Amino acid sequence: MPGLSIINIHKYFAKIRALAGISFNVQTSEIVAVLGPSGCGKSTLLNIIAGLELPDQGDIEWDGKSLAGVPTHQRGFGLMFQDFALFPHKDVFENVAFGLRMTNLPLEDIRVRVKEVLELVGLPGFEARDVNTLSGGEAQRVALARSLSPHPRLLMLDEPLGSLDRSLRERLVFDLRDILNHSQQTAIYVTHDQEEAFALADRVVLMNAGHVEQIGSPQDIYHRPASVFAARFLGLNNLLAGKICNLHGEPFISTSIGEIPLTLDMIEHSALAKQDISKLDGKDIMVLLRPDAVQINQNSNCQVKGRVLETTFRGSTCQVAIQVNHVPLRFDFPSSEELPHKGEIICITFTPSRAIQLFL
Amino acid sequence: MNRKIILLFAMLGLLTAACTSTPGTLKIMTHDSFAISTGVKMAFETQHNITLEFIASGDTGSALNKAILSKGNPIADVFYGVDNTFLSRALDEEIFIAYDSPMLAEIPDFFKLDPQNRALPVDYGDVCLNYDKVFFERQNIAPPGNLEDLLKPEYRGLLVVENPATSSPGLAFLLATIGHFGEDGYLDYWTRLMDNDTLVVNDWETAYYTEFTRSGGTRPVVVSYASSPPFEVIYADPPLDEPPTAAITADESCFRQIEYVGILDGTKNLDLAQKWIDFMLSTTFQEDIPLQMFVFPVNQNADLDETFENYLLVPKDTAFVSPQDIAAKREEWIREWIETVLR
Amino acid sequence: MDRNGVTLKTINRTATSNRLRAPSIKLLLLWLAPLAFLALFYFFPLGSILQVSFARSESGLIAPIQQALASPAFRDVLWFTFWQASLSTFLTLAIGLPGAYLFARYQFPGKSTLRAMSGIAFVLPTLVVAAAFNALLGPQGLVNASLMSVFGLEQPPIMFTHTLYAILLAHVFYNTTIVLRLVGDFWSHLDPKLGQAAQVLGANRWRTLWHVTLPLLSPAIASAAVLTFIFTFTSFGVILVLGGPQFSTLETEIYYQTVSLFNLPLAATLALIQLACTLALTIVYTRLANRLSRPLNLRPVEFTQRRLTAWRQRILAGAYILLLLMLILTPLFALAFRSVSRFERTSTTTARQGYGRPEWGGFTLDYYRELNINRRESLFYAPPTTTIAISLLYASVTVALALLLGTPAAWALARNRESILNRSLDPLLMLPLGTSAVTLGLGFIVALDRPPLDLRASPLLIPLAHTLVAFPFVIRSLTPSLHSISPRVRQAASVMGASPSKVFRHIDLPLVGRALLVAAAFAFTISMGEFGATALIARPEYPTIPIAIYRLITRPGMMNYGQALALSTILMLVTGFGMLAIERFRIADVGEF
Repeated sequence: MPGLSIINIHKYFAKIRALAGISFNVQTSEIVAVLGPSGCGKSTLLNIIAGLELPDQGDIEWDGKSLAGVPTHQRGFGLMFQDFALFPHKDVFENVAFGLRMTNLPLEDIRVRVKEVLELVGLPGFEARDVNTLSGGEAQRVALARSLSPHPRLLMLDEPLGSLDRSLRERLVFDLRDILNHSQQTAIYVTHDQEEAFALADRVVLMNAGHVEQIGSPQDIYHRPASVFAARFLGLNNLLAGKICNLHGEPFISTSIGEIPLTLDMIEHSALAKQDISKLDGKDIMVLLRPDAVQINQNSNCQVKGRVLETTFRGSTCQVAIQVNHVPLRFDFPSSEELPHKGEIICITFTPSRAIQLFL
Repeated sequence: MNRKIILLFAMLGLLTAACTSTPGTLKIMTHDSFAISTGVKMAFETQHNITLEFIASGDTGSALNKAILSKGNPIADVFYGVDNTFLSRALDEEIFIAYDSPMLAEIPDFFKLDPQNRALPVDYGDVCLNYDKVFFERQNIAPPGNLEDLLKPEYRGLLVVENPATSSPGLAFLLATIGHFGEDGYLDYWTRLMDNDTLVVNDWETAYYTEFTRSGGTRPVVVSYASSPPFEVIYADPPLDEPPTAAITADESCFRQIEYVGILDGTKNLDLAQKWIDFMLSTTFQEDIPLQMFVFPVNQNADLDETFENYLLVPKDTAFVSPQDIAAKREEWIREWIETVLR
Repeated sequence: MDRNGVTLKTINRTATSNRLRAPSIKLLLLWLAPLAFLALFYFFPLGSILQVSFARSESGLIAPIQQALASPAFRDVLWFTFWQASLSTFLTLAIGLPGAYLFARYQFPGKSTLRAMSGIAFVLPTLVVAAAFNALLGPQGLVNASLMSVFGLEQPPIMFTHTLYAILLAHVFYNTTIVLRLVGDFWSHLDPKLGQAAQVLGANRWRTLWHVTLPLLSPAIASAAVLTFIFTFTSFGVILVLGGPQFSTLETEIYYQTVSLFNLPLAATLALIQLACTLALTIVYTRLANRLSRPLNLRPVEFTQRRLTAWRQRILAGAYILLLLMLILTPLFALAFRSVSRFERTSTTTARQGYGRPEWGGFTLDYYRELNINRRESLFYAPPTTTIAISLLYASVTVALALLLGTPAAWALARNRESILNRSLDPLLMLPLGTSAVTLGLGFIVALDRPPLDLRASPLLIPLAHTLVAFPFVIRSLTPSLHSISPRVRQAASVMGASPSKVFRHIDLPLVGRALLVAAAFAFTISMGEFGATALIARPEYPTIPIAIYRLITRPGMMNYGQALALSTILMLVTGFGMLAIERFRIADVGEF
């Protein structure tokens, strides 16, 4: 198996479980984003891959060979820390050259490579700068250059944009993607920001409380979150408790906002698919009403009717909060549409197979 | 936190206030070996309705230096504790004013080394060789009897002495050898003493408590005081019936340190200061001296504690070097000693 | 913080330019109290005694200096002083740095006790330490005695007393705690990610240490080294008692010239030479430290410390702790053991007991009991409770004074390293440590002799003298951490509306809280153990513990000696508990750091 294999990694810190059986692969030239809320064990996982921490159980392999017992400095990986961890006692050149010096490369070759990498990250001529005078974006690029310069076979980036402001972050995400793609860099990108993850990654590993919630392409993850956690984490908050009713007749889901018709493909595309269908009748489930898959339709039969609480302009979209039977729901509509005003009663329609997702 | 600090300063302030002199205060500057019984101090205070304040100022040399450097604007009224090895320095620097105390009549003349009575003798102590009785009993050899004995081969490697440059008994012992062998002979004696494997240490504490066999060391003969054996009984643990050590008190083998008191020039309490000196020379104070300060009264009418009557050996004839000679040649003698002994 | 990245950066620029333009009036205000203190209680007395001393010279001002420099004996003394101080500093660092690492990066049971115990060494009187070392390594000591009996030797195989080794060992014994505390504290806040970054980039353990960790630690290491060097350079008791008559340093020469010979001009010359050496060293140090220290992202210890888990780590740590125990704790235990033991000389003679060596005769509390009895009704007798209270009082005042004076000075130093004021004042702060105690003691007598400052016989002089010694320690404990706080953090706070005092309270204080406690612990231990200055000033009715120990040990009789050891043990305990209390002490949110 080429590339990195993470096999059933467990890690405890003083009886507190940090990682509980993490497994996934990263193929050569692939960018995998590890996405999850802070404290879910992402950084610990990176430390274990880098060899900075030892797993209590499980193994890390590269090209099918176990890395157990290989010390950090011999793994040939790169790790870019959240706050960059630039060496404050060295200038930009020495920071970027550090990994190259460790390989005992001739100084001339080091110079060439440092120049090359600094150009790659868009900081040509920064060699002599004191790292303590760099701006946040510059420091981020120097940190990236430092990690890239020794040609790591795997580059890990731990929230590399986490400490930067939003506009800078958005710009740098694209720069970063270009740089990583340009050098065909195999990379693991750790972040808590789904936009970053979706923008950069070929595949996303969604983590929660020490285990993997879901692995898939950004589209998969976004359109088919595999769990309530995944949905919530992606900002899909229209979650309702529901009960499957009349399974053998005309099945529907009873929720606090009314009855929603149930179709077989809704079950097949959800976590319910693994269940014995015959036992689903009367089962308590969670229902997600996707905010981006509904229409306002004042003329036809209302599937959901509610009073508008507020509307929020968000650029290309507009978010409308409505209250249905005391349950607040939020929906996104193109801002080009004419939107209802506060206090109005509006009528919402949707195609259940597109707009409804079911979870256990 | 601030409140705590304020409290501390308040406490310190109280302490300072408690020590600050009131008009009826007599200040006595002294070295850090000075001690007195509460009763004796109170006796003087009640009699004259004043407060006594003692100011310790380090070892004898340091205390004297302080007195000299505050000449004219003295810290205290009286200075006690200059001994005959430092006496000339005190007299040459003219820090004292003379006082012919009536009590001098009770003190033998050989203690009075300042004819003008600027410095009046208070007490004396003899620096003598001490030996460990147990050691010599076990080894079944006779203990040395005098300075010359220590050159004999059977006493090879048995003696520990203190450096005269850093230790007061060390200097006293060097003066004993100078007094005994003369200025021409003492270096020769020391050369042979070193040939006989004598150990030199810097301070009495190391010599007595580390090197001396009595305390677990390897040297059964040590330069200490004639009073050390009786104190070994008084401060024994477990209790002893007789001293485990003895002093060698053969003629001219010990050096007598005599401590003096004087009224500091510039005092505003001359009358009280004189009364205090009379008191120091009286039997009340004199009899208090041995158990407080481990030295002995110069007043011939003072009675000694029973332990001393039984165990104290007082040398009849001590080696003598005049304070003037000591002042003039101290540096030269010590330098020659260092070159002979340490190089 | 996340959102404020850019704003902070702009603030940074404006603040920097403001700082360059603004006159250093604020700086001067910070310096006011510390400088006034130093001027009054250090430079004034020192200047006075030097003046008085040279006035006594019959051959003018220059002659004594020429005379001293021309003498080969003096050159030997100067050379030896440098040599032993350099060796001692090197060894102290060699022993202390692994310990600093262990203390900084790992949590293990007994850590704070071990650290407090290493500090106890700092306070013990030399006479007592010498006795402890001799009980272990002397010709009749435990080690030699066991080696002789195991191998059937006639002579003790280890020659320890009165060798250079004894001096070095004692200096390491006394000063290891400086390295453990100063470097260990700084190290514990050093972001472990920097080392990890190096490792990920291919640096092995040693190259990481050499290229990253040591350079980043260098300000703290330099601080510890310069303090240790000056301490050992001016060492007095250790040279005298453990070194013996063969060895003399500038400090012992000054004492001899002053006290024994009263040759004040020569003593003043030597004191000046000693001062010049200290000043030269501290100038080099300050320059170096300014170049070395970088703004660092200091981290709370929860982020930097971990438990000892791997067996290899445990074994290495165990081996080091064992070494530390042997070096620092065996003498302490030997003392404590001796203070509760009765030694008797049995009558049975065996070959090995030819000296009639006192044999252990069981445990006893006699010495402790005797401490509480005023058998001779002496006026100056003080029970241990009183001496403890007096010592603690002086120590508390010293801690308060040293922190109150040292913190603004350290803060001023950290604010603007480039300012000429700071650059010239910094080296001067170390001078009290490199000044001969004998000289300065006499300086007090000469200078502070007129009301309202006639302090010559005042007990206030004791904490003042202790503060002078503690002051450089406070500065050097605080500056490495204060220097490393990124100015951005402070500026961020002041932009958010925090007044300078609030910035200090909410930014600097929590970040340097541990360093402040380290500084307090140093001031405390210095005061608890100080003997020389206290002896010159102490009122005999109010002895500190070291003074009371000295009184006992200068008298013959096993009961006196036993009591001296008992009181030394009490000093150890009081100091140990005091330091544990300081370590536990929390100034509001400082605790988390």
